[in-house]
Amino acid sequence: MAKIIVVTSGKGGVGKTTSSAAISSGLALRGHKTAVIDFDIGLRNLDIVMNCERRVVYDFVNVINGDATLRQALIKDKRVDNLYILPASQTRDKDALSMDGVERVLKELADDGFEYIICDSPAGIEHGAFMALYFADTAIVVANPEVSSVRDSDRILGILQSKSRRAENGERVEEYLLLTRYNPERAAKGEMLAVEDVEEILATKLLGVIPESETVLKASNQGIPVIHDDQSTAGQAYSDAVARLLGEEVEQRFIHAEQKGLFKRLFGRTA
Amino acid sequence: MDSKPQNAELPFGSAPQFRLKAGLFPLTQLDISDYEHSCFEQQLRAKAAEAPAFFQHTPVVLNLEPYQGTLAPPVQEMAALCREHGLIPVALRSPDDAIQEQARACGLAIMPAGRPARETADTSDTSKASESVAVKAEPETAAPTSEAPTARPSKVIDTPIRSGQQVYAAGGDLIVLSSVSAGAEVLADGNIHVYGALRGRALAGVRGDTSARIFCQSLEAELVSIAGTFKLDEDFRGQHWKSAAKIRLDEQTLEIQPLS
Repeated sequence: MAKIIVVTSGKGGVGKTTSSAAISSGLALRGHKTAVIDFDIGLRNLDIVMNCERRVVYDFVNVINGDATLRQALIKDKRVDNLYILPASQTRDKDALSMDGVERVLKELADDGFEYIICDSPAGIEHGAFMALYFADTAIVVANPEVSSVRDSDRILGILQSKSRRAENGERVEEYLLLTRYNPERAAKGEMLAVEDVEEILATKLLGVIPESETVLKASNQGIPVIHDDQSTAGQAYSDAVARLLGEEVEQRFIHAEQKGLFKRLFGRTA
Repeated sequence: MDSKPQNAELPFGSAPQFRLKAGLFPLTQLDISDYEHSCFEQQLRAKAAEAPAFFQHTPVVLNLEPYQGTLAPPVQEMAALCREHGLIPVALRSPDDAIQEQARACGLAIMPAGRPARETADTSDTSKASESVAVKAEPETAAPTSEAPTARPSKVIDTPIRSGQQVYAAGGDLIVLSSVSAGAEVLADGNIHVYGALRGRALAGVRGDTSARIFCQSLEAELVSIAGTFKLDEDFRGQHWKSAAKIRLDEQTLEIQPLS
């Protein structure tokens, strides 16, 4: 039974696509057959982040409209086996996504033996975002440590638990919080919301904290999902997040500032 | 805007002459499905003869949502007819822009489009979360005869109430076992209990029950209101903030006390 996971946030620019690319790659690296779908019709980005832009022939909308088969549109990732990308259409808009069409594609992927289907949601709470989250079993809500992003995440969590198919059937969507662009030093100075603050406001299980890192932008521009860079803190943090998503107990890292000396570490906590 | 602090002070040093207060008034709604002058008048007269006590300067909302007539309804003429028969049209409800324009010209307020019913507003989100209290409080009750309040079971919510969500406990208490997020709104005809942080807006006694109370484990609300009397966060940010509190209406003011 395929697990449908939506990566969503409400707010734009918080790292949904970066996280979708990293998490889907991480799942595939662990041997799970994974598909990642770009729901951002008209603002296609996932293919760039995953460096398969030039290999896009058919897209998600083509499959929905029956112009192409799923097999024709799926792009096999060059780095990881088991990973397939279904790109968005660049020339259409979100209205091209019909509920029936999306359901059919998801079902076809599940029947095809995919274990995980990652839906990369567009920003906002309109039709595109709604289509991405409607069929989800699990939601990864991406937030930055700032008030407006946290507020939007709260809003999208409310929509998930009231408007999704699971909610309509009286079930809950499993929800996780992924905090990205986190800078422990700045959080300690009060310039950013701290992990604890965000967790308290959203009351949601923390999937991981991705530290702010220049490797993220570099990886994105090069089209290599940052999870492949096991030297970078962001890559390691995404690997941890994937492990937690698969039910492993992994201690949170990258939450606290590192420059603290041993003494400060020992005594700082009780102060 | 220029913001010199001394400008904020009252120049005459007098006590404030008014204060804004949300009120909840049952308003009668006149559902108009068709209109032809003489026929309308005749029916109105017959109705007035049936219940003369009711047709005495009674404020009404003209509801043209069910209007099916082929001709555009002449709002001014309708309003005049209503006035002749003891009704005072105060507002109008219609999705039609042209009709709304007419209503504005006659000095009628425009009511927001009718929602199916408050009862269904349960966990659905409303884009009107930021609507002001005064507007929010009034239009929904349309029953001319106030139904006797019957005891209904409390509504218990055990999941967080998120930004943009609105939960209303009709006829009873609302009990929230989790937190109410900023940008969310909880309403009850009775009391409101929040066993988490109350960060959004809480309105108890929305049908005018002045004995309703609000209880919360951590008061971080944007607004609290009992029977239309409200306080904003700035009124209690100093004291009681982020502490367990109980709120009740004492005469005309909200009284906030520690919950212990």
